[in-house]
Amino acid sequence: MTTANFPTPIPNLDNQVFWDNCREGRLVLRRCTDCQQFAHPPKPNCPFCASENLEWVESKGQGKVYTYTITRQPVNPAFRERLPWGIVDVELAEGVHMISNLVDFDPERIEIGMDVAVVFEKVDEEITLPKFRAI
Amino acid sequence: MNALKDRTAIVGVGETNYNRDSGRTEMGMAVEAAKNAIADAGLTPQDIDGMFRFTADSTGHSELAACLGIPWLRYYGELGPLGGAACGLVTQAAMAVSHGLANNVLVFRSVNGRSGARYGSGVVTTRRGQKSSAFTEPYGLLVPGQSSALRFRRHMHEFGTTERQLASVALTFRKHACMNPRAIMYGRPITLEDYETSKIFFDPLRIFDCALEADGACAFVITSAESAADMKQRPVYISSATQCMPAEQGTSIRSWDDSGGARMAPELFGEAGITPEDIDVIGFYDHFSTVIITKLEDYGFCARGEGGPFVEEGRIEVGGQVPVNTSGGHLSEAYMQGMNQIIEVVRQLRGQSYAQVQDAEFGLVDSGDGSGALVLRG
Repeated sequence: MTTANFPTPIPNLDNQVFWDNCREGRLVLRRCTDCQQFAHPPKPNCPFCASENLEWVESKGQGKVYTYTITRQPVNPAFRERLPWGIVDVELAEGVHMISNLVDFDPERIEIGMDVAVVFEKVDEEITLPKFRAI
Repeated sequence: MNALKDRTAIVGVGETNYNRDSGRTEMGMAVEAAKNAIADAGLTPQDIDGMFRFTADSTGHSELAACLGIPWLRYYGELGPLGGAACGLVTQAAMAVSHGLANNVLVFRSVNGRSGARYGSGVVTTRRGQKSSAFTEPYGLLVPGQSSALRFRRHMHEFGTTERQLASVALTFRKHACMNPRAIMYGRPITLEDYETSKIFFDPLRIFDCALEADGACAFVITSAESAADMKQRPVYISSATQCMPAEQGTSIRSWDDSGGARMAPELFGEAGITPEDIDVIGFYDHFSTVIITKLEDYGFCARGEGGPFVEEGRIEVGGQVPVNTSGGHLSEAYMQGMNQIIEVVRQLRGQSYAQVQDAEFGLVDSGDGSGALVLRG
């Protein structure tokens, strides 16, 4: 599965560590050291208590499909060679949600509640995307 | 605090025709819609001393003023982002007029949304992988309909909402459009079979579930309740107005299935001094059919999870419990970013709609997905 033609993430100072870890095969999440809540995507502060005391914690990388959609028409030119295209919202065990794709899996078989685990897909020297596989 | 209740009124509405290839500039269409709205109010362009526009619009205040022969504006303003500005602009105009910053305010929107840049393709809305979009767009979440599809798939899972119920929304609005000669889909009825055999764009949304991208312009005029009493048309009072900004979606504090309507409703109805049962007609911002089902729940017309049966039972049709989008809405009249819903509800409350709701007194309109709403009173 290729991601050519979809936008590539442009890391910034708030999420560079996330992408650096992905490149090394680790999924990390922001956790507030004051209120202990996880948050995603990474922001400069905790969205629950506004604290700037944040740490990076390695995720177990396991979760369930919370919802999904299958794109079936080339609504944007990037889809021309890759339909049908499944998009999943994964609820990780840590409670945060991530938009992603399932690798090596027929989109027609996606179901809400499926158990999934993170895998990593290299895009280029800088960017590796966390994706998920069915378990 | 009830600062705006019935202190201002919409006294003029106007539009261009709606089509798929205008062959005109957006400024040219803005002029036509503005002139129509001003004439509808029985005013002249020189009576306009305030102007509000969508930030996304290509036509500037001073440009439109110059076209209309308005030498200067006492007050002006604009509102983003993208499509959800219409009700917020009414809120701003009502504030400006009720505080004496302007007497007669023109609000307009003009867009070649079909022959020009199309919202539905993502060319207007994508952020090229920057900031939070770094976590969505690389996975192919590129167009607004996909987000609505994610949310609706979850609604189906939690509440048993069906594709047949979703079809009711599209079929109802098409039926309404077939009563409205202004609608692009006037004269083009569809059947359930047409719906069920149509293209699926982003499962479960089909082509008929998506806003009808269009070229056109809309405008209206807002003035004080005192001035409105002497004008050409029966005034439509702004009983309550909200301009809201939900937190960024898809983040830890706002999931894909959290909309702003539920948060706005208590203030909106409270300030107007009414409850949802008092609403006679609704103009919901229907960028996708799915949001009609969830908005009926959000604003309290039915309990959470009951939006599907509500639409399937015909309650949103003209003649039903609370008719929604009686002009055909974005799905079948034209996608004018919520402006045409305001115009239609004004016409309903004046008794001038092609799909007239008997004795309509209170109307509800909203914009975007929780970015503003109005209670209007005829």
